[in-house]
Amino acid sequence: MFQQGMTRRHFMSHAALGSAAVLGASEFLHHLQLNAAEVSKNRKACILVWLGGGAPTIDMWDLKPGSKNGGEFKPISTAGDLQICEHLPSIAKQMDSLSVVRSMSTREADHARGTYFMHTGFVPNPTVVHPTFGSVVSYELGTKRKELEIPAFVSIGGGGMSPGFLGMSHAPFTVDAGGRIQNADMAGVDPNRLGARLSMLETIEDGFIRSNRGDAGQAHKDVYSKAVNLMRSQQMQAFKIDSEKPEVREAYGRGGFGDSLLMARRLVEVGVPFVEVNTLGGWDLHNDVFNTLKTQRLPQLDKGIAALTADLKERGMLNDTVVVCMGEFGRTPRINQNVGRDHWATSWSVLIGGGGLKSGVAIGETDADGTRIVGDSYLPSDLWSTVAYALKIPLDTVHTSKRGRPMKIAGGGQPIKGLIG
Amino acid sequence: MKSTVMTWGIRFGLMAVLCQSGMGADQKFSSGSTDPIVQFIDEQIQKTWDENEVKPSPVADDAEWVRRVHLDVVGHVPAGQVVDEFLRDKNPAKRSQLIETLLADPGYVRNFTNYWTNTLIGRVTPEKTNRPALEKFLRESFAKNRPWNEIAYDLLSAEGRFDENGAVNYLLAQLQLNPNSEEYVVEATAKTARIFLGLQVQCTQCHNHPFNDWKQNQFWEFNSFFRQMRREDYEKYNPATGRMDDDYSELVHRDFDGPVYYETRAGLMLVAYPKYFGTEVDPGSDTNRRLELAKSITRDDSNKWLARAMVNRMWGHYFAYGFTRPIDDMGPHNPPSHPELLDRLTDEFVTSGYDLKQLSRWICNSEAYNLTSKFNPKNEIDNPANGEVPLFSHMYVKPLQVEQLFESLLVATEADTAIREGGASGNYERRQMQQQNWTEQFLRIFGNDEEEPTLYSGTIPQALLMMNGPLVRTAISGEKGSYLYTVMTNPAYKKDPERIRALYLAALGRGPTSTEIKGLQSMMARYPDRVSAFQDLYWALLNSNEFIVNH
Repeated sequence: MFQQGMTRRHFMSHAALGSAAVLGASEFLHHLQLNAAEVSKNRKACILVWLGGGAPTIDMWDLKPGSKNGGEFKPISTAGDLQICEHLPSIAKQMDSLSVVRSMSTREADHARGTYFMHTGFVPNPTVVHPTFGSVVSYELGTKRKELEIPAFVSIGGGGMSPGFLGMSHAPFTVDAGGRIQNADMAGVDPNRLGARLSMLETIEDGFIRSNRGDAGQAHKDVYSKAVNLMRSQQMQAFKIDSEKPEVREAYGRGGFGDSLLMARRLVEVGVPFVEVNTLGGWDLHNDVFNTLKTQRLPQLDKGIAALTADLKERGMLNDTVVVCMGEFGRTPRINQNVGRDHWATSWSVLIGGGGLKSGVAIGETDADGTRIVGDSYLPSDLWSTVAYALKIPLDTVHTSKRGRPMKIAGGGQPIKGLIG
Repeated sequence: MKSTVMTWGIRFGLMAVLCQSGMGADQKFSSGSTDPIVQFIDEQIQKTWDENEVKPSPVADDAEWVRRVHLDVVGHVPAGQVVDEFLRDKNPAKRSQLIETLLADPGYVRNFTNYWTNTLIGRVTPEKTNRPALEKFLRESFAKNRPWNEIAYDLLSAEGRFDENGAVNYLLAQLQLNPNSEEYVVEATAKTARIFLGLQVQCTQCHNHPFNDWKQNQFWEFNSFFRQMRREDYEKYNPATGRMDDDYSELVHRDFDGPVYYETRAGLMLVAYPKYFGTEVDPGSDTNRRLELAKSITRDDSNKWLARAMVNRMWGHYFAYGFTRPIDDMGPHNPPSHPELLDRLTDEFVTSGYDLKQLSRWICNSEAYNLTSKFNPKNEIDNPANGEVPLFSHMYVKPLQVEQLFESLLVATEADTAIREGGASGNYERRQMQQQNWTEQFLRIFGNDEEEPTLYSGTIPQALLMMNGPLVRTAISGEKGSYLYTVMTNPAYKKDPERIRALYLAALGRGPTSTEIKGLQSMMARYPDRVSAFQDLYWALLNSNEFIVNH
């Protein structure tokens, strides 16, 4: 198993350096403490569980019993101070650690535009590509984690969101639910040849670097050394969920979604500050919404999110790890003629927890039919500002687009008061 | 005589190169072209060197230049054999001759079709837009070397089905919103100004811009020209799935007359009538506004914005930096670095009949384009990467664009030949499929950022793709038909240094230095078998910084 936030190799090197035989026992202890402080300073992270297609949150987090829009499901009580859907019983037991924002109003009800808005905090604009929030976290936190040998923004399942003006070095590093990384191994070539290849490469590269043509040559060499470090890094083990005990894998649920969440936890454990999980799709439920939810989507979601929450808590990681679960919008309170729900961005819910945010509460409310927000409503910029706050990224951070336009982090939103209060 | 301002040291450096190219020692550099416009470019560029007290770098040696001009004009590195022939050629006018050859090469058409398709609709095709049809329109236009103003006229005025008239796809790509939205043609407005006129007006949609002379009313005046169009999308029934599939889309005329309305930041509602730089157009329903706009831009514009934008863009294509930065922001707030040169080239481009090949010819034959990318203490301040105004006293290093990288890998390795000949299943379809797979993988990993053309931006997945990905793997597999196979089996190569040189020429467009040969041979000697040693050498060449940049 991993030491928390520390690779085995990293740990071994510290252990060798600080072994009690060389240093006095008190020095050794001091060294470990210093290291522990460094690790805990560096462990803030966010796991975004993406429900692509737009989940019917009115059937999950904000039920409307008694309304014509209420649908087939009943609310149940939870360990927190709110009720959720009866088909999420395991999450219900963890709700003292999680909260629901019931007053999201996000105006974009088209898949592409909603996906963009919810990931970036900015509405699409033809003149600039805003970074998805994982790229922002990679830019703000990843660059400061010198011990991190693997990319700071991992997307399990992909999804095509862009680092925008922050540049491709903050693009999501995409793997599938099996943890396979494209091109990370030498595809059958004897790995011992890598060393010889790199020696020849160095001969050629160094000549070009010395030829006085600017920085491009050295920059290229640096990236290659990072790529080689990655290929050889012990932290790559974080992608290998096979090494987990069977009962742990069972708890998360066997299958792509459970595996992804487990992998997300392992990645956060080695210091990755942002993981997006996009392996439980199929929420665009224009037809047959209740049946599909009850038999397919909700059981997987319930098992996975509940196991993740419990596991993070047990490992003492929940206070530093924000978990956000949402899609690009909610779905219409009105039930259509195909027993489905259509796109709806006016009044919907997001599940959020961990990271020291207030837990076990419902923030905001919708009216009895779920069609309107009563009181304050929130935008994705507010949601991401809340996450930034939890990750201790200063909210007055400003990034500059390639055309020199200043952009406030998270679209200049305000942290949601009920969550940080 | 320009050489009087040069120091002796630089003159000697230059002389050495000129002698190598078979030219007289007292001559100024010449590619072989005697075009007075090329001379004018040289004089203007020289003037800014003098004013800024920089000394230009020497002329690039033939190996450096032959690779550069191939990448810029035909979009890929030269084959090893082509390099070899060029290096041996003693004709003093061989550079200008090669420029002619490349401008007539099908690669020129493919290269600029790629460039313009990406510029007009992006690398990821927007919904309900027919990329192949747009490519066909551009391919035919560039193959015939149609005047740029005629091409632009077609793109701006086109109507019809997206498969029958490929030119409509430029505007269709910008029409992605609800046709009843006030914003429906905002993107078409902003893109047209930026791409065709080199003017950035998008910020003035909502407010007068503090650094831009365009006012908000001008944005909406320009916008009003696009109001008489909309897309129509057709579906057809698919009996296999029982669903309606996309069939085709069409750019059609829609009735619109009178002003457009817009709101100032203060909440004031104002009106705008179609007006292009002071030229008003009858706002009545009988006017075809888009035709009027296309005419104004391509035929009657006394400011020559269309030509000016193209000159700047092409200069930027060849030098990595244009006369303004960015190249498509040429408004009065952003004065050009070489105004006289830009004005003259703009005038000459118009006079030439918007001849695109002529424009490339002038630039490629200029002295500045023929300089080495190595800088020296006397011109190291000429570093636009640090935000300095470019002086073009040495060539600037450009990372390869994704298409250039892909095509170059194919040329350097003859990987396409290997695939074609790879067993019984090796056929044309298979090659096309492979190419599609590679391109998709490249695009996913290299990203698609319109603001900055997609290029090797130095990320770990990009490095991994080059190190372990299928294209380089195929390239070094030594399959029959591949370049590596040829080098290893052809009896024309007698000794290992010759084979090493052949691989260097194909990948880097130059031979190895003696130090390199020595170092590499001792490394290769430790291999148990020669094939692996050569495979790994080629791996190292294709993965090198020198391969991935155009210098």
